[in-house]
Amino acid sequence: MLTPQNKRELRKIGVGLVFISPWIVGFLALNLYPIIASFYYSLTRYSPISSPRFIGLFNYEKLLYFDPLFIKALTNTLYFVVFAVPLGNMLALALAVLLNQKVKGLSVFRTIFYLPSILPLVATSIVWTWLLHPQYGAVSVIMAELGLPVISWFSDPQWAKPALIMMSMWGAGWMMLIYLAALQDVPQELYDVASLDGASLWRKFRHVTVPMISPIILFNTIVGLIGAFQYFTEAYIITEGGPGDSTLFYSLYLFQNAFAYFKMGYASAMAWLLFLVILILTFIIFRSSAKRVYYHGN
Amino acid sequence: MFVNIGNKRANVNNIVSFVLLVGLSAAFILPLFWMITTSLKPIDQLLLDPPVWIPRPLEFDNYPKALEAQPFLQYLGNSLQIAVAAVIGAIVSNSLVAYGFSRVEWRGRDAVFVLVLSTLMLPYHVVMIPLFVSFSKIGWVNTWLPLIAPAWLGHPFFIFMLRQFMLGIPKELSEATRIDGGSEWILLTRVILPLCKPALATVALFQFIWSWNDFIGPLIYLNDRSLYPMSLGLALYHNSQGITDFSILMAASTMAVVPIIIIFFLMQRVFIQGISLTGLKG
Repeated sequence: MLTPQNKRELRKIGVGLVFISPWIVGFLALNLYPIIASFYYSLTRYSPISSPRFIGLFNYEKLLYFDPLFIKALTNTLYFVVFAVPLGNMLALALAVLLNQKVKGLSVFRTIFYLPSILPLVATSIVWTWLLHPQYGAVSVIMAELGLPVISWFSDPQWAKPALIMMSMWGAGWMMLIYLAALQDVPQELYDVASLDGASLWRKFRHVTVPMISPIILFNTIVGLIGAFQYFTEAYIITEGGPGDSTLFYSLYLFQNAFAYFKMGYASAMAWLLFLVILILTFIIFRSSAKRVYYHGN
Repeated sequence: MFVNIGNKRANVNNIVSFVLLVGLSAAFILPLFWMITTSLKPIDQLLLDPPVWIPRPLEFDNYPKALEAQPFLQYLGNSLQIAVAAVIGAIVSNSLVAYGFSRVEWRGRDAVFVLVLSTLMLPYHVVMIPLFVSFSKIGWVNTWLPLIAPAWLGHPFFIFMLRQFMLGIPKELSEATRIDGGSEWILLTRVILPLCKPALATVALFQFIWSWNDFIGPLIYLNDRSLYPMSLGLALYHNSQGITDFSILMAASTMAVVPIIIIFFLMQRVFIQGISLTGLKG
């Protein structure tokens, strides 16, 4: 028999579950079932016209040992992640620090830096194709004026990835906004004390600012990392993986396998490997930063 | 004396910061500036070497030409309908869910909430293929439903943000209504939600931007040209064009970008507030 207290407790749980029911449905239908199905598909040969046929770990073996394009896509993506995430973070933090100097026109600058990060990627990708056109693009004009060599950016296998990294930095404004909010929470007294001790600007930044906003640096790094591993639209629109597979990124190759070659099982195995890589890297970052991240109040 | 030196140094720092910011702003504006001037270039000024920065005369005809080349107005209308349907869903579902995670006390609530947040780690690619298979089985491929329905089932970012906001409302408000015999539903719709307007506006804006900008979703699910949103229509038009059509392409890109810019300027304060609150990505 239920005591009245248990009854009340159960009723409360019921009310709570009713309110969160949209999320429960979403979790089951859009997360949990697809995760399990995806893992099952990854162990099968599966094209939309036939039903999945179990082949064990064959897809994984093929990916890791017999698919040079997979290795290419993985290294391209790691290249992108290794440069785009730290560079985007550093630019965003630098912009936020500059904006935090109580300069005139703060809201105008903030808008200019933030806006590119919320514009439709398809449109901005087309714009960048034209911006970096070797002959007629604005960047080429400026570089020629400065006496710099002409670069073919998106049509040069060596420069295509750096060009995309540059474009991704242009979209770092959302991180800047998060940094700016964090910087405004750093108590002014800490800087005042550092000034009395004769600390230089760099030392204040290094020993006051960075420790105080370290949880935000960690947050932006991880969100940026997860996003960078799924980098897709720009490569799809601008370079379509070329030239010479130099921008064949992981998500692009996964997408091609799933929806151009209809190798759904193979693509699912790729998705699971991506998931594992992201989980492991996030774990490593959390672990290795644990001693360096400072949470106030704890 | 000491104070004076400090002030002077502060002033120098300020000037240096300002100069740096102006330079960086110029770099950030350049792509959009280039987009707009190119969209106003007559064809004979498009491929000059060196290029012209500001065309003379301005050729506004590229815009009507773009509208003729593709049914861009229809694409814009489709984008708008998809985005609005998703926004309504996001407001309804996330309000309910956030209420259940903040204003109702039940055992296990906070453990379940950790599960909500953990789904943020899941890459879209893991769920992409099974979702496509499921949606095709129920006949949703080549409809807008796969783009709209998920927004009606809550999103962890929005749930988190609204929950934080609702937790900030004093508990006594709820107690008073409960004592008066008000149900949870009345409490949510009459008391809590009216207080959450700024947070709800942020949810609406971000959902609008996400839906408007979404590309991979329409790319996977839509085949029929008459259903294309702006992002997909623009991408396919881009693929079919040569270099001489760049002024028309830039005119079309401008049309895709301008609605977001207008909304940003109208709601700037809410935007900034929202992103500071949770660090949402556009």
